[in-house]
Amino acid sequence: MDWVFLSELAINGALTGLLYSLFAIGLVLIYKASSVPNLAQGGLTMVGAYVVLALARDVGLPLWLAIPLAAVVMFGLGFGIERVALRRLAGRPVVMILMLTLGLDIFLRGTTLAIWGGTSRSMELGVSYDPLFFDDIFISRIHLVGAGVALALFVAFMLFFRTRTGIKLRAIADDYMASWSVGISVERGVGLSWALASVVAVAAGVIWGEIQGVDQALSLLLLKGLTVAVLGGLDSILGAVIAGIILGVVENVVSDFLDPLVGGGSRELIVAAVLILTVMIRPHGLFGRHDIERV
Amino acid sequence: MFYRLSGVHHANYVSDSRIFKVPADRNLTAFIFLIGLAAPFIIPSLYLNSYMLPWLIWTAAALGLNLVTGWAGQLHLGYAAVMAVGAYSSIHAARFGVPWEFALIIGGLTSSVIGSLFAFAALRVKGLYLALTTLAMQFVMDWVLTHSPAISGGSHASLQSPTLALLGQEITTDTGFYYVAFGWCVLVTIFMLNLKRTGLGRALVAVREKDFAAAILGVNSFYYKILAFATSSFIAGVSGALLVATFFFLAAPEQFSVAVSIQVLAMVIVGGLGSIIGSYFGVALILLVPGIVNGLVVTLSDGLGMQIDVETLAHIPNAVYGALIVIILLIEPLGLGKLYGNIRDYLMVWPFDQFKK
Repeated sequence: MDWVFLSELAINGALTGLLYSLFAIGLVLIYKASSVPNLAQGGLTMVGAYVVLALARDVGLPLWLAIPLAAVVMFGLGFGIERVALRRLAGRPVVMILMLTLGLDIFLRGTTLAIWGGTSRSMELGVSYDPLFFDDIFISRIHLVGAGVALALFVAFMLFFRTRTGIKLRAIADDYMASWSVGISVERGVGLSWALASVVAVAAGVIWGEIQGVDQALSLLLLKGLTVAVLGGLDSILGAVIAGIILGVVENVVSDFLDPLVGGGSRELIVAAVLILTVMIRPHGLFGRHDIERV
Repeated sequence: MFYRLSGVHHANYVSDSRIFKVPADRNLTAFIFLIGLAAPFIIPSLYLNSYMLPWLIWTAAALGLNLVTGWAGQLHLGYAAVMAVGAYSSIHAARFGVPWEFALIIGGLTSSVIGSLFAFAALRVKGLYLALTTLAMQFVMDWVLTHSPAISGGSHASLQSPTLALLGQEITTDTGFYYVAFGWCVLVTIFMLNLKRTGLGRALVAVREKDFAAAILGVNSFYYKILAFATSSFIAGVSGALLVATFFFLAAPEQFSVAVSIQVLAMVIVGGLGSIIGSYFGVALILLVPGIVNGLVVTLSDGLGMQIDVETLAHIPNAVYGALIVIILLIEPLGLGKLYGNIRDYLMVWPFDQFKK
């Protein structure tokens, strides 16, 4: 057993896992406020990356300006999606809401590709591709930057949930009706959660776009993001971060053992297996709230 | 005066258990059935083969999903994987020399067995979590399919389907393929129409509304959930096999990917959960409209003398497909079947009520 190699796998897995968390935080924000599973987060991430590129390349803004501007645009888009689509289906069975977000996902992907084309583009953040060395362990710089962004967002949201607005969102997450009755604008709160999730999507889009190029494959992060969100508990941001690290490590280490046995490509299988096992054993995840159903 | 019926209500059990609650429905069905029979002589073979045939087979498949999602209320995002099981097992059986009649049944039964595995997830969780589990199972199935050459047919991952032959007749013409699809779709439709009137159908609806409450009433929700999954998987398996045997002629894993699962679910939900005529509408809308819109865009841009990027054109159908799902859900969350019902009820009150008196 080669411990250096194993720890390299584990550390890089954990960093990649934090990037999954970056994606999953968006899912959790929306689920927390409105119990809506947002299957359009993959599409949103893709749109986020393309908007950044459109501002940077087509308009010609520098990246440091393009990214915040894109965040503002996406903030508006998130609010708009909630206002136009989700609000009208509030209180409907989950199957219709699922289908609505799936339809949104398909629509966002199709529209983005129709406007900007499907060829892969690069983000060119300017992070060097040379790996960092710690003793014998390689670490990719962009992954380190991404993990930093994920942790920064985590801390930011932890602080945000202590502000007045954040407390309102927590109240909405806790009980729709009760927060309504004490005068909290539930609609605005849910809209805000969509807007924030769209901003998170910009961050995820930029980092993942730098890693794998800006193209349709960005929306395929959905399965991994969902797995992380479910494993952490769909309504816990801390859970998303920890579950991201767990999934990243498990995926990297196990696939290294499994790949030679099954002839490669076992990552998807591991992610799907983690999702199935989580739901079978502990549906509410590691830190999620366990709801009891009444007949 | 604008007023309409609140719904069709019955005063006795006989009228309540009729297949067609309204005579107009029966007449319309008979009319459509006749058109379906005569279609090969009316519709040009190109349209018959590329629009009518997939429409009918996808409708049969969508009705199967409607059974499990619309009647039994269990979310299923892995339906394409179940169709793949049926398609691959019956084609392997047919290639092995089993007559096609039995090969189709073998495909259906294998699907039933594998599809019932999905039901075990349904016993533990429901709603969103069930959807996610079935989605994950779809990924597992996809992975197994693409990584086992013995199933998917060697390095090219495509499997040639042998010539379809039913009752000793080799079927090679477009008309023949059409009638096979038509026959299967009619069979499934008759089954689904009658399902509502049986104890099984009522039990499934009870499980859908609230499985705990159903259990208290003495409906074994465990048994009915598995039964729903097994039956719908049988329909999925045979539909998948027929789709390959009459339409694709070549089985490949991409034909049964996650996107296809989502597409079938979209057909069912856009059509209306638990609505049979809705499934027909939903499949037609999802399958045909994006192509039609693309054609319109091409003609429009040619007419206006505009040049549209090829890549843009390639992605417009996808955008339209997504927009259709969103728009229909926003207009009428209960789907096209409900819209049809509303229009029918309205007409029954106003012009046609006058004729009855």
